[in-house]
Amino acid sequence: MRPAPLAKQPAARTEQIILFRVSGQLFAVSSASVQEVRSVDSLGGATTELSQPGLRKVRHVLRRGGELVYVINGAMHFGLPAAPVALIFVLRRTRTALLIDGIEKMTTMSRLQALPKAFCHAERQWYRGLTALEQSVVPVVAPAGFLTEEELDLLDAALAPDEAAEPGASEEAEWTQ
Amino acid sequence: MSLRIESESQSFVLLRLGERRFALAAKHIVELVAPSRVFRFPHQTPEIEGVILRRGRIVPVCDVAERLIGKSLKSRRLYLIALRRYAGQAEWIALPVTGECELITAEMSPASDADSPHVAGWLSHAGDVIEVLNLDGLTPGPTDVAAPVAPLETEEARP
Repeated sequence: MRPAPLAKQPAARTEQIILFRVSGQLFAVSSASVQEVRSVDSLGGATTELSQPGLRKVRHVLRRGGELVYVINGAMHFGLPAAPVALIFVLRRTRTALLIDGIEKMTTMSRLQALPKAFCHAERQWYRGLTALEQSVVPVVAPAGFLTEEELDLLDAALAPDEAAEPGASEEAEWTQ
Repeated sequence: MSLRIESESQSFVLLRLGERRFALAAKHIVELVAPSRVFRFPHQTPEIEGVILRRGRIVPVCDVAERLIGKSLKSRRLYLIALRRYAGQAEWIALPVTGECELITAEMSPASDADSPHVAGWLSHAGDVIEVLNLDGLTPGPTDVAAPVAPLETEEARP
């Protein structure tokens, strides 16, 4: 009599993530959400300065193709102390780019735990959830959580049509926070 | 005919915050654990200090001392992990406590309308009148939670 074949274990689903730091704090983002990583030094002439008093975390806008991409100061968004930034993530399927200190490493997560319900304020928009990596806990950011639709409308309205049409208006983009 | 009010004894865990003692219904207690590393990350829920890892779960740490005794705990000896009910489900929450906890059996007098929402009732033990805590009224919850950006289907979402 032959033993019954062992049931196949479903392969664990994993997701490639990038660990990065903002103001020294570690975060993760799905690598599939990052369209491009650039040095802030390479962006000097490609940005337009923007002043929207209600949204101090957005000081610059990039033009990519026909679309305006708002540059988020990660430290201000998360309420962290200011720190020098070196890189920028252009986030896929959003109109946002994120200023970061730097990339820690790329790795894989096999489990994403929903943010506990005790967290009940803006962080629910900020994060997809939490993941445990090497006996540490890292928040996984939601790319769409950096700007709400209302904030995008506010920023679009703040850009005068002539400014929006002229990339590179700000030659001296100041990237330190 | 006389009206007889039935009262039942229940199990409670007595916990200490500073000099005061409080009680929680034992059925809501998961375990009592030694302090472990608290992982902190940016958020805007002031009652929550961070999270701990326990048995593969990520458990929020809620310091209730500020609200109950008017000051944060200076020394912590243990985390009492309790079940916090939300609509349709319950989640673990870790409460820092300063002393050993004690399991007792007592009868609880229900809270009155004049009591704070965090009071589930009162019990008398060893000459003290002790507040029985209602975690739903004491710890933050999603009463004002906005819809998440990308709703997760289950509590434990897989990527």
